[in-house]
Amino acid sequence: MKSKIFASFADAVADIPDGSVVGFGGFAVVGVPINLYGALTKQGAKRLTCVSNGTRGGATMPEEAPTMEWLIRNDQVVKAICSFTAPTRASQRLALTEYVDKGLIEAELVPQGTLAERMRAAGAGIPAFYTPAAVGTELAEGRETRIFNGREYLLEEALPLDYAFIRAWKADEAGNLLFRRSQRNFNPLMAMAARVTIVEVEEDFLPRGMIDPDDVHLPGIYVHRMVKIPPPPDGWWPMRPAEVAKYEAERSAR
Amino acid sequence: MSDAKGLTRQQMCDRLAMEFEDGWIVNLGIGIPTLCSNYDFGDNEIIFHAENGVIGYGPLTGAGNEDLHLVNAGGQHVTLRPGAAIVHHADSFGLIRSGRIDVTVLGAYEVAANGDFANWKMAGQKGGGIGGAMDLAACAKHVFVAMEQTTRRGAPRLVERCAIPVTAKGVVDLVITNYGLFAITAQGMELKEIAPGISVEEVKATTGCALIVPREVPPVKMRG
Repeated sequence: MKSKIFASFADAVADIPDGSVVGFGGFAVVGVPINLYGALTKQGAKRLTCVSNGTRGGATMPEEAPTMEWLIRNDQVVKAICSFTAPTRASQRLALTEYVDKGLIEAELVPQGTLAERMRAAGAGIPAFYTPAAVGTELAEGRETRIFNGREYLLEEALPLDYAFIRAWKADEAGNLLFRRSQRNFNPLMAMAARVTIVEVEEDFLPRGMIDPDDVHLPGIYVHRMVKIPPPPDGWWPMRPAEVAKYEAERSAR
Repeated sequence: MSDAKGLTRQQMCDRLAMEFEDGWIVNLGIGIPTLCSNYDFGDNEIIFHAENGVIGYGPLTGAGNEDLHLVNAGGQHVTLRPGAAIVHHADSFGLIRSGRIDVTVLGAYEVAANGDFANWKMAGQKGGGIGGAMDLAACAKHVFVAMEQTTRRGAPRLVERCAIPVTAKGVVDLVITNYGLFAITAQGMELKEIAPGISVEEVKATTGCALIVPREVPPVKMRG
């Protein structure tokens, strides 16, 4: 079988076609495929539908670290599906807001649990499901609901992806993945919903058999391409708040 | 803070935390509610759940000691308590929707006398920030809200009906503001306890709905 290990992020994303539906893992910087965002921006695929919890991570990443915001500013995105489509702080400015205001991007706002379940359903071969979240709100207006056991539920459809871009802690050569702490978040779900999963991996690749089958978080059958993240400054890694402050100070001095 | 009168944010959260019972699974929203985890629960074991799949997190980490793989729902670096477990997002919200969360404490722009509340979209805003709030509000056994009594401009946040899009309908049990503790009852909004230095008249004047006021309103219970 062909190796799943790719030499560079550029190689791993080279063939992503225009019009793809791409899901990105990560929650508040942790597990965000920062390097793959950067590579896809350089690669330049257009008319993308991008799925992620938000278009930007939390504050613990420098402003210039790649996020979905990069793809938006590079005119690559036609639709964003997220649980945050507005700034979370008054001081925050999002490219998404600007592009939505200009009518260049459609933003679909989805409750976070519904977003996760839409990925899970896609990965589980389930076309749709009913959830109590968002019933009675603006998001449910004009949509199908149904009463089960006296309670109203909203119909939601699975969200299959062409590509999943994710970040993992450890991987073996078979593509079996381990995530560390809250890095797991959306990452396995994006992979299971996708036809092709591309992973940026933090630790050196392990030979087959070095991850106990009982310990695997995401089986290698869901994983197609992997790239080892180089150390900084060549690769992007989450930073401590103090390190972000130092980075931003150095950047403004440059 | 928009209004320095009455309770501090920590005192507000301490008061809600007093309601948590031994063994409860508690989910804290971002903003003011995160302060609930600072309360000293003594011998009571409280399990804090964060929507990003962390079950059993502890206090915030000090600067320099952050584990860069571990944050709470607000993206703050936290610690894990012994016995903690990690799940992915679908399982995290599976446990929310299936009713495992005993209480969620959320911030809000408005809470109505019928238990509706709004916290994801400001008036006139395009898009919004829902995060996990709609799932939590619809499915937690109890929904508590921690917010300021009024907006920066002095408009009431406790209202007859929400003017902005709601997060969930008829779900709020208890609201703490810097002016006092309020319960949503079948009869409407009731003032349960009042903050030190605040008069009933001040509470009424800053509340946008009919308020049930008992003859004697006790002061807000304080820690210790």
